[in-house]
Amino acid sequence: MQLIECPWCGPREEIEFHYGGQAHVAYPQDPSALDDREWAEYLFFRDNTKGLFRERWSHAAGCRRWFNAERDTVTYQFTTVYAPQEKGPVDR
Amino acid sequence: MSTHAAPQGTAPFRTESGGRIDRDRVVEFRFGGETLTAHPGDTVASALLAHGRHQTGTSIKLGRPRGIGAAWAEDPGGLLQVEEPFPEPMLLATTVEVFDGLSVEGIPGQGRLAEVADTARYDSLHHHVDVLVVGAGPAGLQAALTAARSGARVALVDEQSEAGGSLLGTKDLLDGAPGVEWVARATAELAEHPDVVHLQRTTAFGVYDDGFVLAVERRTDHLGGQAPENVSRQRVHRIRAGHVVVATGAHERPVVFTDNDRPGTMLAGAARTFLHRYGVLPGSRAVVFTTNDSAYAAAVDLADAGVEVAAVVDVREQAPAEWAAELAARNVPVRTGAVVTGTRGVERVSAALVAPHGGEPNAGATAEVECDLLLVSGGWNPAVHLFSQARGRLRFDAGLGAFMPAEDLQGLTVVGAARGEFTLEGALLQARQETRSALERMGLEAAATDDLPVAARPFPTLAPELLWFVPDPSGDSSRQFVDVQRDATVADVERAVGAGLRSPEHVKRYTTIGTAHDQGKTSGIVATGILSQLLGRGPEAVGTTTFRPPYTSVAFATLAGRDRGELFDPVRTTVVHDWHVLHGAVFEDVGQWKRPRYYPLAGEDMETAVLRECAAVRSGVGILDGSTLGKIDVQGPDAGEFLDRLYTNLMSSLKVGKVRYGVMCGADGMVLDDGTVLRVAEDRFLVMTTTGGAAKVLDWMEEWLQTEWPELRVHLASVTEQWAAFPVVGPRSRDVVAEVFGIDASAEAFEFMAWRDVEFEGVPVRLARISFSGELAWEVHVSGWYAAAVWERLVAAGERFGITPYGTETMHVLRAEKGYPIIGQDTDGTVTPQDLGMSWVVSKKKPDFIGKRSFARAENQRPDRKQLVALLPVDRDTVLPEGSQVVDFQADGQLPPPPVPMLGHVTSSYRSAFLERPFALALLKGGSARHGETLHVPVGDRLVAVEVTGPVVVDPEGARRDG
Repeated sequence: MQLIECPWCGPREEIEFHYGGQAHVAYPQDPSALDDREWAEYLFFRDNTKGLFRERWSHAAGCRRWFNAERDTVTYQFTTVYAPQEKGPVDR
Repeated sequence: MSTHAAPQGTAPFRTESGGRIDRDRVVEFRFGGETLTAHPGDTVASALLAHGRHQTGTSIKLGRPRGIGAAWAEDPGGLLQVEEPFPEPMLLATTVEVFDGLSVEGIPGQGRLAEVADTARYDSLHHHVDVLVVGAGPAGLQAALTAARSGARVALVDEQSEAGGSLLGTKDLLDGAPGVEWVARATAELAEHPDVVHLQRTTAFGVYDDGFVLAVERRTDHLGGQAPENVSRQRVHRIRAGHVVVATGAHERPVVFTDNDRPGTMLAGAARTFLHRYGVLPGSRAVVFTTNDSAYAAAVDLADAGVEVAAVVDVREQAPAEWAAELAARNVPVRTGAVVTGTRGVERVSAALVAPHGGEPNAGATAEVECDLLLVSGGWNPAVHLFSQARGRLRFDAGLGAFMPAEDLQGLTVVGAARGEFTLEGALLQARQETRSALERMGLEAAATDDLPVAARPFPTLAPELLWFVPDPSGDSSRQFVDVQRDATVADVERAVGAGLRSPEHVKRYTTIGTAHDQGKTSGIVATGILSQLLGRGPEAVGTTTFRPPYTSVAFATLAGRDRGELFDPVRTTVVHDWHVLHGAVFEDVGQWKRPRYYPLAGEDMETAVLRECAAVRSGVGILDGSTLGKIDVQGPDAGEFLDRLYTNLMSSLKVGKVRYGVMCGADGMVLDDGTVLRVAEDRFLVMTTTGGAAKVLDWMEEWLQTEWPELRVHLASVTEQWAAFPVVGPRSRDVVAEVFGIDASAEAFEFMAWRDVEFEGVPVRLARISFSGELAWEVHVSGWYAAAVWERLVAAGERFGITPYGTETMHVLRAEKGYPIIGQDTDGTVTPQDLGMSWVVSKKKPDFIGKRSFARAENQRPDRKQLVALLPVDRDTVLPEGSQVVDFQADGQLPPPPVPMLGHVTSSYRSAFLERPFALALLKGGSARHGETLHVPVGDRLVAVEVTGPVVVDPEGARRDG
């Protein structure tokens, strides 16, 4: 049972968390301006990274707050967690 | 019999003195129907050996005798079925402690589950420690002492009945005295530390991420009938440790030779343990077969205890000088450069066949040495199981002939024999050093005073020789047992290699080696060795199978703990639950909720009860407990804007005091949930969700609010439990609410889709005109504290109109008659509002909302999408099974050739009291354009003709809404 660092609660067991998929996939500013293909890419296409991956998590059975995390998809190790509106560690 | 063995009662192989057993007390247990004596501290194995018994049962495939081959959990042979006090299969004679009233049987490789319920209690406990030490042998005890002396929070777990590990089974000295005396001092010191948890009979069986270790404690198993009822039988300790020190020792491994499965064949170290720990001589005349020095100690100790050691057979060309001298002093012959090639005997070994190592098969060179005990040592495997579970890499050490930890892991250190450090002095030193390093990394200061006990200098070691198996002189490898429990032999490994298998994982599954109760603790590495020899590759290139939890087997009941029966899953009941029970409701599970499904009168089945309830609602008045509906309080200045973005229709334009039905979609445009929204104030809405969707919708709202729209000033709270909700439904419902709440409930004074605050005896009640049945209907919302009283008052007021309580089944029929979908029953995540015939609920004015862009996708514009329709069976009698497929005939009135195209499926199907015929809802390809068509539904081996209509089959013009 992995420990996940909630930015607000500290380390908690992984069963308290829900996975929320890839982070930094913003809802398009004007969906009507997108063609079907662009819209489908927003809806259905996500990266399948081997290695460091930025993703969304929610502390569902705790403070119920969302946050972003960078995690190695090979080792499962979390490298950092940060608030939803913050930029990722690479972009800082 | 030797002079040292005291013929004591009926246990002729019990020594006169020594061992960790309580000789002052005698307990009796039954083995195979026979009553035997033992002492507290004995295991079934040691007690059997004290009576001269080696055989416990027979083997699973070949029916060959099987017996005790080791002294603890690594024993591949001695399996038991416990009959009393509680039936349990597949336990080891070497690990079951005896007590008065224990009754066991030997088993032929397979046990029998209990047929009665296990009434024992199991539970679990959490620990948070700085250092967890697994194993209370010399290394583990020292690690725990070092950590405890440094002020760390420590847990020390050990699987045996008492601490000491290898010191219990040897004559090793510490500080010039028997090692067990130091063990007693060490455990006493640990007990002094308030932050040390020391658990014996506790097996750490699984290592998981971030220092999480599961251990099972056998709390009362050894007490039998004396077990106090208020103490759980077994407990799972869920230990989260800053650092884990693995001090699990090593397992001796056998050498494989022909007929190596005969009872009386045993690992050499195990014989020492039986002697020193249990005061038992495992035989009277022994042959010792070894590849290394360690078995010499067994030969010396047994000889000193009075066992006649007929020969030490050492595969090496040279014997270790100091040990050879010890044996010479005891007149024990040593045969170097020799091997055991086979055994004689039937149910017990009677002789060992000894021949020169590597010699040509030559019967003349083979000596038959009589013995009733054949001790074997093929070397020692560090118990790397927990290290491997933590994904530590192993390397093969050619010098030791064993797989060892190849790296340091963060948060987990291996010390002592488990790390290949086999000297007592070295193990103690390493345990202290590694524990200190771990403490320092955690920022804890190591204690200034932390003395080690002084270990006696061991004899210099002569390098072991690697020998996995002794080829049979005749070439027949079919009685050379690699896994005695599975009856799997060298011949099976050869067959696997012949079939092209190269990986030990594949060979394991092909031969079943290592799949028994012991999971290959002694056979796994031997199988790798034999495989490497057959393939002509080194063991390091072949590798091992994967070590997975659990280390030893754990009962499911233990893992379940208290989460059984009523405690398995929470049950949610509404505040009126007792009333429903009292009135004979039949309940159904909706998520965790118990909801009344229907209220049968005497003699009614569900169909008649539901027809009666439906008729009552459409002709008089009914009442439903809708308290399980999800309710979300949405507050804040931007609440309207927030709901506009989530719902397909406009919510911000809703006036205070009004109610609007809304549909929520995913970004893909598929319906997620539906329900009504009440505007409570300018900045406050009450969102009603489906019962099953309550948690999901709140999560969905939070996700958008927090991740996409943090600028919106909105707060959300679930108020599902706070508000009870009672729909009062039917043409006479107006009379009921008017009387109970003293209001003008006329259609003019109280509009459809309006709500208002009313009172019931001073209690505020929110009354809304909402209908999920097409009838004149009201929803009574009241705080749960007063809800039962309001319910009973409503029922009392409705009595003169024959008010009928109805359940979810009737609710489903009534809503289906109106074509109202149940999200998740009539939809499946591929259905848009348009598919449901609800284009009217999708705003054309709003620039955007979740799902809007998807409605414009080409895929969602296709005319042949599945759309909601109603199906009326033409025979007016068949209730179509939900899930049935809808098919069409060809122009010639025949079914098309298979595969017959599936046009859709039935999502809901009921008998309608109002229509006096069955009807169904279905999702049908191009369904909106098929109204009036006749299609067919296969039911059993019939094809039932159905008429397709619009989804509203009762009162499509909505005339009944105002009563």
